[in-house]
Amino acid sequence: MTPAGSPGTSADRLQRLLALVPYVISRKVVGLSETASAFGVSERELVDDLNMLWCVELRTPDPYCPIDLSYEGGEIVIGQAEPMDRPLRLGVDEASALLVALRMLAEIGQTGEVPGLADRSALSRTIAKLEAAAGEAAAPSAQVAVQVDQHAERNVLARVRDALDSGKRVHLSYYVPARDEPTERDVDPMRLLIVEGRTYLEGWCRRAEAVRVFRLDRVLSIEVLPVAAQVPAQAEPVDVDAGLFRPSPGDLRAVLELGPGGRWVAEYYPCESVEDLGDGRLRVVLRTPDGGWVRRLALGLGEEGQITEPAELAAAVRADAAAALALYGPAATP
Amino acid sequence: MSRRKTERLLSLVVCLLSSERYLTATQIRAAVPGYPQSFDAFKRMFERDKEELRDLGIPLDMGTNGVLDEEVGYRIYRQAYMLPDIRLEPDEAAVLALAARVWRRAELAGAAAGALLKLRAAGVDAKEAQQPEIEPRLQTGEAAFGPLWEAVRDRRPVTFRYWAVGRSEAQRRELEPWGVVNRRGRWYVAGHDRARQAVRVFRLSRIEGRVEFSGPPGSVTVPPGVDVRELVGAWDERAPPLQTAVLRVRAGAGYGIRRRASSEQAGADGWDRVEAPFSDVGWFAEHLASFGPDVVVCEPPDLKDAVMTRLKGALA
Repeated sequence: MTPAGSPGTSADRLQRLLALVPYVISRKVVGLSETASAFGVSERELVDDLNMLWCVELRTPDPYCPIDLSYEGGEIVIGQAEPMDRPLRLGVDEASALLVALRMLAEIGQTGEVPGLADRSALSRTIAKLEAAAGEAAAPSAQVAVQVDQHAERNVLARVRDALDSGKRVHLSYYVPARDEPTERDVDPMRLLIVEGRTYLEGWCRRAEAVRVFRLDRVLSIEVLPVAAQVPAQAEPVDVDAGLFRPSPGDLRAVLELGPGGRWVAEYYPCESVEDLGDGRLRVVLRTPDGGWVRRLALGLGEEGQITEPAELAAAVRADAAAALALYGPAATP
Repeated sequence: MSRRKTERLLSLVVCLLSSERYLTATQIRAAVPGYPQSFDAFKRMFERDKEELRDLGIPLDMGTNGVLDEEVGYRIYRQAYMLPDIRLEPDEAAVLALAARVWRRAELAGAAAGALLKLRAAGVDAKEAQQPEIEPRLQTGEAAFGPLWEAVRDRRPVTFRYWAVGRSEAQRRELEPWGVVNRRGRWYVAGHDRARQAVRVFRLSRIEGRVEFSGPPGSVTVPPGVDVRELVGAWDERAPPLQTAVLRVRAGAGYGIRRRASSEQAGADGWDRVEAPFSDVGWFAEHLASFGPDVVVCEPPDLKDAVMTRLKGALA
């Protein structure tokens, strides 16, 4: 599916042409450049669209041109376009995309603590209006549901919201599973991210001196400090669509062989590669800044997930397992 | 793509929208420029054009103007074509713009953008915030999402190969899909499993290969009162904690265990006694084993055995 408005097939262009007329009519007069950017096309393409509309000619009973428009002086005005002065109704996919997303936002907003969604009435009003406008096309959207993780502590979320609203710095006590320890840090909040069902605070971490994302269900405690947040100009927001966790060049490369009981690893963690070894076994390559995380993962997986590379990490897992078994007495150690 | 085709389709839509009567194919050919001279070539092109318009969601109506008309004609009813009036307040337009961002780069991103375009065309000013304070996203990395959404939307049965947990090979399943649900970031499909004659829930990431339609649109009936969200919830929900583990945790370590503990008692020998609730032995054993020599299970015995099995497996 290509986004409407992108130059592509005749179908895409036809959709754009059909939307362009009511877009102008509902605004009476609009600038060429503003309209071009609203439709994601160049001014030249837009002018070509307008010419095509203006040239529409029907031949019977007498030839006539149903659309009259002008774009002199960079301003578009449509004098006459009676039959197509309203946009086409929403299709099922279109209505569903917006309704599913709005209902998801409403569910996130249910906690009442999410910045930007605190006013839940705006959401329910929009959902009702969109359902009414979409008519029958709205029905299948009920067959798609999104449930958001409600694990994040409500008071954590409330304080994150306070900090974002007031532009204040926060102090976090944050659990890092890879190291099995709480860490203390001051963070200048940037955004709240809700990705893959989890809620994160994105902020400038003053300890790491870098942008970091913190899973709210791992925040042990949070305090809003009486200090204004100072996000440095060079702080680059995370590109949410490219994935929150992307490997960096310095990352450790670990190879694991997974049995049927360890296949979930390939589903849960972004893998650089996944290779089918037959009999339900997989070989996966993981990239991580923290070897401790892979070490714990392999210990938990037991025979369902064995590290084959790097050798030092595999040896460390065996040493950990031996030391742990020794605690159960001599009989436990093979 | 062909400019002439776009021009022809545009004229066709305008022609059928302006007409107060059903127009026969011959009348349409006379009115709309761009069709070929030969009637057969025209018929073929007109058939394809009708298909294109329907794919765009343009409601092409067929009928006759009176009982004496022998040939079926076409028109587009304005009422069926046009988006009803919709007026949004600024705060409503703002949440709409936020909602349209949710699918960005996911399966329905194009549909969301198309919807926003039509709503803007209706006069809604849904401008995107430059730096929104919140960025919610739905991802559809699973290849099965697209075909399963189509199947649910069009009420068609599907077949696919599925890796059930712990199986050493994928098995073929045939499903009447009732709905797709995203729960905690994972997509599931719920429906009636034809071979097992029962309600089943599948995780999309465990579907292997292609999802194929195995019946025509409209051939699946969703029983009234079905709530797919509840079905998936019931399937995915971990049983409530039923048991309590008694553990020895090395002093100053095992923080991830202590976070969920119901009680902690400091010991004199450098080990603390920790009690922690759990429901699933396998899952909890995996969690505990990941702490290596920082934790020892005292009770219950099956949990202790499960942890030792994992550790022995890691040693191999």
